[in-house]
Amino acid sequence: MSGVIDPREPVLTVEHLSMRFGGLLAVNDLSFEVRRGDITALIGPNGAGKTTVFNCITGFYKPTEGRLTLAHADGARHLLERLPNHAVNRRARVARTFQNIRLFSGMTVLENLLVAQHAPLMRASGFTVLGLLGLGGYRAAERAAIERARLWLDRIGLTPRADDPAGDLPYGAQRRLEIARAMCTEPVLLCLDEPAAGLNPRESAELTELLRRIRADGTSVLLIEHDMSVVMEISDHVVVLDYGVKIADGTPGAVRTDPRVVAAYLGVEDEEVEAVEAEVGLVLPSAGAEA
Amino acid sequence: MDVFVQQLINGLTLGAIYGLIAIGYTMVFGIIGMVNFAHGDVFMVSTFIALIGFLILTTWLGVASVAVALLIVLIITMPLTALWGWAIERVAYRPLRGSFRLAPLISAIGVSIFLSNFVQVAQGARNKPTPPMLNGGFTLFERDGYAVTLSYKQCLIMIVTVLLLAGFWYLVQRTAFGRAQRACEQDRRMAALLGIDVDRTISLTFVLGAALAAVAGVLYLLYYGVVSFSDGFVPGVKAFTAAVLGGIGSLPGAVLGGLIIGLIETFWSAYFSIEYKDVAAFSILAIVLIFMPSGILGRAEVEKV
Amino acid sequence: MADAMREGTARGAGLAEILRDAGLYALVTLGLCIPIVSYRTDLSQTSALDLTPRWGVVAGLCGAIFALRLVQRMVLLRRDARRALTPAPRQATEAVDATPNAGQRISGLALPLFLGAALALPLVAALASGGLGPARYWIDLGILILTYVMLGWGLNIVVGLAGLLDLGYVAFYAVGAYTYALLATTFGLSFWLCLPLAGLAAALWGMLLGFPVLRLRGDYLAIVTLAFGEIIRLVLINWVDLTGGSAGISSIPRATFFGIPFTAGPNGFAATFGLSFDAMHRNVFLYYLILALALITNGVTLRLRRLPIGRAWEALREDEIACRSLGINTTTTKLTAFALGAMFGGFAGSFFAVRQGFISPESFNFLESAIILAIVVLGGMGSQVGVAVAAIAMVGGPELLRNLGFLKAVFGEGFDPNEYRLLLFGLAMVAMMVWRPRGLISVRMPSVALTQRRGVSGALVREGHG
Repeated sequence: MSGVIDPREPVLTVEHLSMRFGGLLAVNDLSFEVRRGDITALIGPNGAGKTTVFNCITGFYKPTEGRLTLAHADGARHLLERLPNHAVNRRARVARTFQNIRLFSGMTVLENLLVAQHAPLMRASGFTVLGLLGLGGYRAAERAAIERARLWLDRIGLTPRADDPAGDLPYGAQRRLEIARAMCTEPVLLCLDEPAAGLNPRESAELTELLRRIRADGTSVLLIEHDMSVVMEISDHVVVLDYGVKIADGTPGAVRTDPRVVAAYLGVEDEEVEAVEAEVGLVLPSAGAEA
Repeated sequence: MDVFVQQLINGLTLGAIYGLIAIGYTMVFGIIGMVNFAHGDVFMVSTFIALIGFLILTTWLGVASVAVALLIVLIITMPLTALWGWAIERVAYRPLRGSFRLAPLISAIGVSIFLSNFVQVAQGARNKPTPPMLNGGFTLFERDGYAVTLSYKQCLIMIVTVLLLAGFWYLVQRTAFGRAQRACEQDRRMAALLGIDVDRTISLTFVLGAALAAVAGVLYLLYYGVVSFSDGFVPGVKAFTAAVLGGIGSLPGAVLGGLIIGLIETFWSAYFSIEYKDVAAFSILAIVLIFMPSGILGRAEVEKV
Repeated sequence: MADAMREGTARGAGLAEILRDAGLYALVTLGLCIPIVSYRTDLSQTSALDLTPRWGVVAGLCGAIFALRLVQRMVLLRRDARRALTPAPRQATEAVDATPNAGQRISGLALPLFLGAALALPLVAALASGGLGPARYWIDLGILILTYVMLGWGLNIVVGLAGLLDLGYVAFYAVGAYTYALLATTFGLSFWLCLPLAGLAAALWGMLLGFPVLRLRGDYLAIVTLAFGEIIRLVLINWVDLTGGSAGISSIPRATFFGIPFTAGPNGFAATFGLSFDAMHRNVFLYYLILALALITNGVTLRLRRLPIGRAWEALREDEIACRSLGINTTTTKLTAFALGAMFGGFAGSFFAVRQGFISPESFNFLESAIILAIVVLGGMGSQVGVAVAAIAMVGGPELLRNLGFLKAVFGEGFDPNEYRLLLFGLAMVAMMVWRPRGLISVRMPSVALTQRRGVSGALVREGHG
């Protein structure tokens, strides 16, 4: 990613993001940055509002307040909160996966990867008109799309299963396929919602390898993860959320030892929580310790 | 003003009937999430049961009092219609539980087509008029020769509706069945794990919905005095509109929606054009579903990602 | 019924138990027959209602249900006994049967086979019944079936591929028919000019009606489209100035052979081609016309499936949220499905108008939508061959009933099998949902393959989310 601008400038800037559902404030005045070429982890206890942040970034929710700026390497800027849902992927080039895998299970593995290349293929088929008449370069474009799909199939080790329905794959393979599908949209920023959930140690290691490779190829990664070993191993930067508020932000090493993070995660005696919260300056109603 | 009050009375009467049918839609949707498309035709079947029952009582058994005859008809029609509701659920919907989502809807359309044609074959295609019953009424006030009346029929319809709704409300809110039913609405699997007989609860929901539709059927017969095998579709759609307007899944919503639909229909007919009254009903259905799918009293649904 | 069956086998299913079960069925039937079947109401001379008891019919019905249930239980019992001897290779955990049946295995051969049969039908019918005149029944039936095949294929784009449940499809059929009828009767435009116009008008209506309903899902979408279909029909009835109201539009110009009328005169089709005049020439022409239209629909659909738009439709059926996350504009994707499906409905509608020469709102009621939808679902959503088979079964099947003369011998002269057509149709819809909810052909063929194209079991294919 050799841009004309500083490669360390943020690819995603989240400023004062708030999301309210009725009376529930799920995310409260959250600001953080994802730097280009980094793997940034968003962590926090269950219900901290991580997935809500993801849904705001990827256009599924319109945030109540705040600004989400995505900067491309060529200097183009997109305000994500103003884009229609699908344009977040198509124009701003943000791709995502889902906590509960959302593959097109009745379509084959290959078809899943081709659907992800919808926009370029649509252009090649002259928005269906030329393709229907058999004119234009649709065939060549489709071959190129299949090649790209094959490249990703090789990377995730699913080439032999390309013609099997996606729903028949084992769980770990489905997770990898979902990442490959997101990557086929050629994103600038890849958002992964708990990619390691339900994986065995070997699959976890494969995933780490895959993510490193994605980073090396120039795509920035933002991930939500519960598996701390994965987070600590691959993240360049960690943002910790609790009750919709950012409580820590820094390198994995720094975050690990942060007393607020320890309190939020491990759960401590009530008095200690209160002490910690007083220290942090948090005023929360009956913030019970979460195990 | 006089016309307005008269239409208000007419509209509320009609709305009470729609509300009773709407409860069947809303309960079934609440518990198994399907649009019971055949419910309108179950209602139509009940009008025929009521018609034949009434004829047997008055012409063969010589029951002279219309009120007594109606009461007996009501008592007979409810269980007989409920049996239809039960059998339909058992044969056409239960085997499809857990099948793909459109299957029950298509099955329901099949049941609807079957029921209307079954009645057509069994009873003939012609309209069936009843002898006039319960004529007359109270004249509320009269001005410039226009009398605003509240007929005995309308009184009876409103009284029966209110009484039955009260009883029904008690059943759903205060009894073990009601609790089981509400539990199944929230989470069927969990309810089953807690020892609730889900199949039985769903069956009972259909039975209750059909019984209320039967009440509506008796009242409809009384009010209009004529029934036909094709009378299920349009009142069915209107009652479904009522259920959606009130907020599908909400019982008070179904009644409220029924009253609103009844009022809109009568006022539309009185002030605009009677030809387009069904267009109005269908348009409201479309508009409500598109712009406020959670209805007046329903809960808004957040898209789960 | 399935659960009752399993309970039965668990208890050892003695004969007594089976008898009791069948008896229960008969008892419920008895309850359902009271009083709808047991007393028939008829208008008497004084326009009051007379009651006629018909307990004989009730007894017959109860007996029939008893016997049917008994046979069903017996058959199931024997099948279970046989299965118990040979262990099942795979325990079916789902209600959906994923193993391909005979119909699915031959589906590769089916298309050319159907095509051959369809092309040869007029000739075969004429030879078999000795002339075009006597073959009229078969050719007209062929036209009717092909019209539904075409409508089924058109709706298949919307329901089968894009997973959008449309219960108002008949509205577009009506738009096509009225567009042709009005253009032809008021401006005297020819059929060949009107055909594309009718398709365009229907597509336009498809977009107009499709736009507001895009946010809706599943059942709600179905109900709104139903409402739209009914609104269009009611407007057709009530807007008398334009549409002629319930009376409809008559004397619509008949089909010509690309400008040459099918008349006996010297400029007619027969004279031009040196044939002796036969009124059936027009029917044969109409037959091949609808066959061509249907094949175009099929060809376009098959082609679309291999284009990105077709894949996007199927992806939409599988998971709309994932589609949006991949940058697919679900709004335009749904709209194109609606518009294209509507367009083919419009073509079929203008064909209907030119064939009948008369149209009225009665031809476009909800039942038609239900029949077309049933054809798509019975065929197996998304399967072209399945839709064709289903159309033949659903439209041709009831015709068989008409010819079963022996039924009159059983039930007496007054028995008209045609009365029972829709009743059986409704029952068939329920039965097919219970028996094969995924349709006749429940295997999805992938649109593209790296090495080998293998069918995807219907159990994996998700339903329309909306």
